[in-house]
Amino acid sequence: MELVFKRPECLIDIPFHFCPGCHHGIAHRLVAEAIDYFKIREKTIGVASVGCSVFMYDYFNVDVLEAPHGRASAVASGVKRAKKDRIVFTYQGDGDLAAIGIAEGIHTANRGENITIIFANNGIYGMTGGQMAPTTLLGQKTTTSPYGRDFTYDGYPIRMAEMLATLEGSAFVARVAVNNPANLMKAKRAIRKAFQMQIEEMGFSFVEVLLACPTNWGMTALEANRRVEEEMIPYFPLGILKERKMADYL
Amino acid sequence: MDSDPFYYDIIMAGFGGQGVLVIGNLLAYAAMMEGKHVTYLPVYGVEMRGGTANCTVVISSRQIGSPVVGSPHAAIVMNLPSLIKYEPLVLPEGLLFINSTLIEPKETYRKDIEILSIPVNEIAIDNGNPKLANMVALGAFNGKTKLVQMSSLFGSLEKVLDQRYHHLIPSNIKAIQLGAEFVRKMT
Amino acid sequence: MDQEFEKMLAKGNEAIAMAAIDSGCLLYFGYPITPQNDIPEYLSKHLPALGGVFIQAESEIASINLLLGASATGARAMTSSSSPGISLMQEGISYMAGSELPGLIVNISRSGPGLGGISPSQGDYFQATRGGGHGDYRTIVLAPSSVQEMYDLTCLAFDLSDKYRNPAMILGDALIGQMKEPLVRRKRSKMDLPPKDWALTGAKGRKPNRLKSLYLQDGELSEHNWKLHQKYEQMKKEEVRFESFFTEDAKLIVAAFGSMARVSKTSVELAKEEGMKVGLLRPITLFPFPETAFYDLSQRVKLFLTVELNTGQMVEDVKLSAARDAQVYFYGRPPGSLPSPEEVLEEIKKYYRLGQG
Repeated sequence: MELVFKRPECLIDIPFHFCPGCHHGIAHRLVAEAIDYFKIREKTIGVASVGCSVFMYDYFNVDVLEAPHGRASAVASGVKRAKKDRIVFTYQGDGDLAAIGIAEGIHTANRGENITIIFANNGIYGMTGGQMAPTTLLGQKTTTSPYGRDFTYDGYPIRMAEMLATLEGSAFVARVAVNNPANLMKAKRAIRKAFQMQIEEMGFSFVEVLLACPTNWGMTALEANRRVEEEMIPYFPLGILKERKMADYL
Repeated sequence: MDSDPFYYDIIMAGFGGQGVLVIGNLLAYAAMMEGKHVTYLPVYGVEMRGGTANCTVVISSRQIGSPVVGSPHAAIVMNLPSLIKYEPLVLPEGLLFINSTLIEPKETYRKDIEILSIPVNEIAIDNGNPKLANMVALGAFNGKTKLVQMSSLFGSLEKVLDQRYHHLIPSNIKAIQLGAEFVRKMT
Repeated sequence: MDQEFEKMLAKGNEAIAMAAIDSGCLLYFGYPITPQNDIPEYLSKHLPALGGVFIQAESEIASINLLLGASATGARAMTSSSSPGISLMQEGISYMAGSELPGLIVNISRSGPGLGGISPSQGDYFQATRGGGHGDYRTIVLAPSSVQEMYDLTCLAFDLSDKYRNPAMILGDALIGQMKEPLVRRKRSKMDLPPKDWALTGAKGRKPNRLKSLYLQDGELSEHNWKLHQKYEQMKKEEVRFESFFTEDAKLIVAAFGSMARVSKTSVELAKEEGMKVGLLRPITLFPFPETAFYDLSQRVKLFLTVELNTGQMVEDVKLSAARDAQVYFYGRPPGSLPSPEEVLEEIKKYYRLGQG
């Protein structure tokens, strides 16, 4: 019988701690598959952020470094500058990248650091129990926006991919979702492309992945999937926002 | 520190651009080459932006404690603001060296110190390079105090001056010599 | 080779930069701040030609985290800043200590609190020696008091940092950083250092390495903290460094570090000339602090005068170290001006008389 589905070599054989219906596990798997695809597991160094994704080192079968909250992209820059021939990626949530670590994220992109950032955007703070994120949608209720996010109070949700795409330093910027098989396949291609850009030394690559957080959204897994489609994607449109060609680079 | 076999400290001050930091450096370097302990302390930061520059050089036969000097044995003042600031600080019987091209000697008030007035800018201009007034001052000051050998000062030029100014070393040497000569003729 | 041992007239800050290069540190990350800019300026000029990396980061926060990342690969790396910037780095230093990462942090301190000023100060003694960031950790702290020591102690700091897998700090100030003195770039004898088998280089032919400071399993974190504690205890046993100056027959001991030790040394010499039996004990390692040296001296000497460029910080360590019946006095000055050797001498005389009964 043909084996059609197996655990990527890059993932360790232990169950994820993520809640039922959470998309982190899917995003982790896509990253692992990309690393397997390019056969770069033995030269990859991952940088974990703070949030639900902090346990990355328990799941990825690669060298992993844990960064202070928000600083993953600066830490990854340091790793890459010291080891130019290694593949370095961060996996950061919306609090880590778009709030406390926004300066580091922007400047890492602007320096054109040849690393890959996977930005997990679920519009809420998962680990701390469902507080408002910089990417929480207007009107969305969280434990710290109990009346719904109000722009006169809390400002607007930040579109990180669009912002980073404006910087000359970024080489590849995409936004994807994993809420249905079609989107999943696109997400897989985008993440693979991001790593390819790094391997080809094209510069900074960034993939924003829209994720569902059923637990903190107070929804079932299916409802949460629908919400990604109906509420998140209209505000955070999917697609490749920027793809530098070798010719642009040179 | 008077009981030390040898100890001497100098404050040099002027407008930024008059080159007092360079001559402080040269003097410290020359003394170091002669086996002395030296410290050189420039002012930095906020004060620098006020447009005045000064540095303190300490030369000693023993290890030097504080590189900061409250009352120096000598002060080289290249402009009026520096005179106002440093004349009161010079130790009694110390030396005040003034640039008489920019400072009227009658502006000084101390009677308990020796005042040496040298028109360093004029000398430099007569020599064809007004920028070397600082070197004239260094030559004159060292001609007076004989802190270091002239040859040590000359040797320090290539160590202290940036590579791109090395072609100017002969004219710097000449300016130092002119300063020393001027003092010699005075006495 | 002659070139290497030539005596030069160098700035303290530049001596640190030269020592970094001579110690094999080719990675520098920092953000400009007075009065330490000579360090990044020197390294930005010289590192590229050596195949090294200089990055001017967007903040001190980014700088310390770039250092953390580079250090995690096993490479020697450093950052430098001055007091307000060092405050911003404390989070990263805590993570480095928690993740057991080496790395050099240079603090050419200025005066605070807040934006304070740029004059020399020793107001960061507590921050440097007590860990500075959150959690129960220590940083190795070396306090140079001359340009030559800026060089020598920077070389030593890299070795100690690697030996203990712990961040190390050079605590200087504007005075030592800005002044020029004779410097010889002499090679240190090599310290026997453990291999960096913990470094993140890619999990090739081995299990993945993890560098982290999060420990959530039962008992894991307390075990980790005990392990760190053991390292600090070992440092106290093996790494204490200090200078004794005329302490043999002294009746009063002046305790001072860094720039104030220079001034105090002159004061002690002046006191000797006036026939007083006064010595100086200068801690070179502020952590580990020379506790035993002070205790041993205090068995015989009962008068101590701590001189600092602050309103009283190291004096607490001197008090903790000295025997109970020793009298520990303090003379300090907040930032703004440096006391002259004569002023310190007056203080010495005041307390010396107490000893005469």
